Amino acid sequence: MDETLTQRLAANLDGSFEDLVRESQDRLYSLALRYVGSASDAEELAQDAFVRAYRALERYEPQRIRDLDLRPWLTTILLNACRNHLARPARRAAAATVVVDEFVIIAGDAGHGPEAHVERREAAERWAHLVGSLPPLYRAAVLLRHLDGMSYEEMTAVLGRPQGTLKAQVHRGVALLRAAFEAEERGRTTSTQAPAPADRAGPSDRPSSPTASLEAL
Amino acid sequence: MQHPTGALRPVAPIGAGNSTSRAVHGTDPGVESAVARLRVMAPPSLLPRTLIAAGLADAYASVDSPVGPVFIAWNTRGISMVSLADDAGRFEEQFGREIGRPLHRVEALPPRLARVVGRRLAGDRPAPVPVDLRGRSPFEEAVLRKALEIPAGEVRPYGWIAAEIGSPKAVRAVGTALGHNPIPLLIPCHRVVRSDGHIGQYSMGGPEVKRRVLTAEGLDLDRLETLARHGIRYIGSDTTKIFCMPTCRLARRIMAKHQVEFTSLPDTRRAGYRPCRACRPAAAAA
Repeated sequence: MDETLTQRLAANLDGSFEDLVRESQDRLYSLALRYVGSASDAEELAQDAFVRAYRALERYEPQRIRDLDLRPWLTTILLNACRNHLARPARRAAAATVVVDEFVIIAGDAGHGPEAHVERREAAERWAHLVGSLPPLYRAAVLLRHLDGMSYEEMTAVLGRPQGTLKAQVHRGVALLRAAFEAEERGRTTSTQAPAPADRAGPSDRPSSPTASLEAL
Repeated sequence: MQHPTGALRPVAPIGAGNSTSRAVHGTDPGVESAVARLRVMAPPSLLPRTLIAAGLADAYASVDSPVGPVFIAWNTRGISMVSLADDAGRFEEQFGREIGRPLHRVEALPPRLARVVGRRLAGDRPAPVPVDLRGRSPFEEAVLRKALEIPAGEVRPYGWIAAEIGSPKAVRAVGTALGHNPIPLLIPCHRVVRSDGHIGQYSMGGPEVKRRVLTAEGLDLDRLETLARHGIRYIGSDTTKIFCMPTCRLARRIMAKHQVEFTSLPDTRRAGYRPCRACRPAAAAA
């Protein structure tokens, strides 16, 4: 699929760029959303990544476009945009806040009807918050692997780390998520009062986010 | 690799309803599928916004102008079309016919663009307005970009444009290119007139609209036409020995008692005058 798309991009960039956006927009938007947490920032970042990609493709020779591995290439551009975004001092405080609203959840087909829908949304909110509080190093690895379904080979191309390191980071990230999730569950069952989730606390309370206390482990 | 939560009982993932066998070989299907379920669909606005930002689709809005409300289309490269179309439907039709890119209506111009367009429409200083002229031939683009240089309140003959872009014989083609100006008002094709003093055609509503726009910009049309009727093409100053196009802002500064009128270039040469560097009148000889 990518093979023919790169061929079309090489032959007629302006005529086929829309196809590239259509094919990749859910993927890039989801990654941006779960990496930076805010829906409006995610849309801006995904748009920015696509425009950067377009400007690069405009400069590339046709052969270079045909040889491109589009998935990791686009993802690299997006993640750079996300990292720069989070590095801006004004944004850093907001980074831990996970905004979850009327997203259309693609994956997950368990159950129908309004109750199942609400349950799924609550679960997504909860997990989005947990993922958002992962340290960025693990967050990127876990998202690429399990949200995006990338191979470790592709992830190496995107993150520039050896496959062994990435496997360890994904494993570690998943373990942190598991631990944070279970800690929350324990809080729910052992006390009638749920522990205050970090997203309801102020941004300055970031260290109290679910996985923060586990980073030292 | 050790697990921080190794001692804990597995917990079923939320929502899926299936049971989980816990990380035996370093995997955790519960967590993994929960993360996979965080995939969402991109908002519908992402595609049009991206295409507009890349210059592959245009946005448009209605804007007030000296000739009434006009539609203006643009993308990141610049303004792509200005039209007096009666309504949005007709504008979209015209845009589709002449430019053919996807088009999306928005509320208003982005603030920066609105400022530049406003200043340009008000005829203040010649604000540099970004224009997107893709699809025009190199000749047409050269003509239109040259017209952009003519300041408000001044006019130049068609022959001046032809000479300035290095095709002094292509006067008629200049007229045709200006007649197909996709960005009237902002690219001031109305500031190009016939050398005999007739103001010439105007694609955006005919000569009457052209007069109205030029007058609104502060041009003294009556004076221009009187000069043309008497065959006067250039105005010089007997103190500086420099000659200008009649509407050049520098010519307007020459005091009446120092004004010298010329009907042809050879006359200026014989009198020992040199052409003004601002309006470059020698080019208009063609």
